[in-house]
Amino acid sequence: MGMGIDLRNRMARRAAKEIEPGMIVNLGIGIPSLVSNHIPAVMQVMFQAENGVLGMGESPEEGEENPMLCNAAGFPVSIVPGASYFDSATAFGIIRSGNLDITILGGLEVSEQGDLANWIVPGKRVPGIGGAMELAQKAKKVIVLMSHVNKHGAPKILPECQLPLTAKACVDIIITDRAVIEVTKKGLLLKEVMAPYTVDDVIKNTAAELKLSDQVTTLS
Amino acid sequence: MQKSKQKPVNKVGTIHEALSYIHDGSTLMFGGFGGIGNPPTLIDAILEKGTKDLTLIGNDAAFPDIGIGRIVSRGLVKKMIASHIGSNPVAGQLMTDGKLEVEFSPQGTLAERIRAGGVGLKGILVDVGLGSMVEEGKQKVTVDGKTCILEKPLRAEVSIVYAKKADTFGNLVYDTSARNTSPLVAMAGDYTIAEVEEIVPSGELDPECVVTPGIFVDMIIQSKGVNWTWAWE
Repeated sequence: MGMGIDLRNRMARRAAKEIEPGMIVNLGIGIPSLVSNHIPAVMQVMFQAENGVLGMGESPEEGEENPMLCNAAGFPVSIVPGASYFDSATAFGIIRSGNLDITILGGLEVSEQGDLANWIVPGKRVPGIGGAMELAQKAKKVIVLMSHVNKHGAPKILPECQLPLTAKACVDIIITDRAVIEVTKKGLLLKEVMAPYTVDDVIKNTAAELKLSDQVTTLS
Repeated sequence: MQKSKQKPVNKVGTIHEALSYIHDGSTLMFGGFGGIGNPPTLIDAILEKGTKDLTLIGNDAAFPDIGIGRIVSRGLVKKMIASHIGSNPVAGQLMTDGKLEVEFSPQGTLAERIRAGGVGLKGILVDVGLGSMVEEGKQKVTVDGKTCILEKPLRAEVSIVYAKKADTFGNLVYDTSARNTSPLVAMAGDYTIAEVEEIVPSGELDPECVVTPGIFVDMIIQSKGVNWTWAWE
């Protein structure tokens, strides 16, 4: 989305705050993959990848990579104590049966009801579904990390998604370069804004209706 | 659909023999995820033979110059059943130009469809994809009051997989995350060819550690190893 690494890292750092010790977590491709850099090993979080690893550790030193041992984006990883390997059916068995505490995904659009669109722009971009439908529909908590507006400056948080859906009513938290928004039964709740953006900026650039949290905090 | 002929006890074959099972128009299923676990020597041989109009079934289209992606980029594929093609822009372009038909399945659903095909099940019932394009045109079944999509099994004329070790009976052991879809794909081919890094005599593999029982494997090929550069290198 053309965001600098500092902005992307700020979003990743904020998302990392949602992760608690011992959780089972799956990170999507792109900005979500940066989140693990902000989780200390002492928290014993088990990172899962849909290509068949539970217990991924940090990137190996250069020259120490096993090209066969990678995350779902195809980048070499190491493993932590307690890790396991399994086939894709088992990888999705873990996801489908509700064993994932958190998944952090990228997004193209999120609606007021927490619908997520992130797999296709018909006629333009055809990345495909990958594991996004299972992850979005079955993880206990779904966090979407995305730019607040698209490359034309148009809002990506909408009353209804315009693009084909990945899953309905699945998103719990939206973290953008401008705000942190919780999806509640009563609608979207603006909880935090990212400096230098203000509450007004965020409202102006969000097409869906936003309710304001009692105390909207500003993240530097 | 059924494997009928009795299989040989020693299944080690040549690449030439392996190719004799893969023809223009064949339905070919492949193991691997983002190129990892795609069988390099078999892919090279298919490229050299120029087998075309293939229907490919597998997780993804890898990258333009990596793994199965090389076959897709060369325009040898007519149809693909996969969970995504995003890492291979050539595949995306071919799809947009109407030169490649792509059927998308959610990744876990695709894995189970392949497994179902491999283990003789007639379908699977999932709620993943309800409310999305994935459910369009598919039969729904209500189980205990809950709506499910009936997803059909997948099989192929030939399955190709990559493994770390095989014994001569075809028992397979994989390498870390290169296992991914391969054990499922190996079961779902009418004829399954395993390309392996190392072939050992029967009895050398600990039966407790065998991932794919040799009964699912028809031929074993010695791999020449990965001959492409990974995206991260």
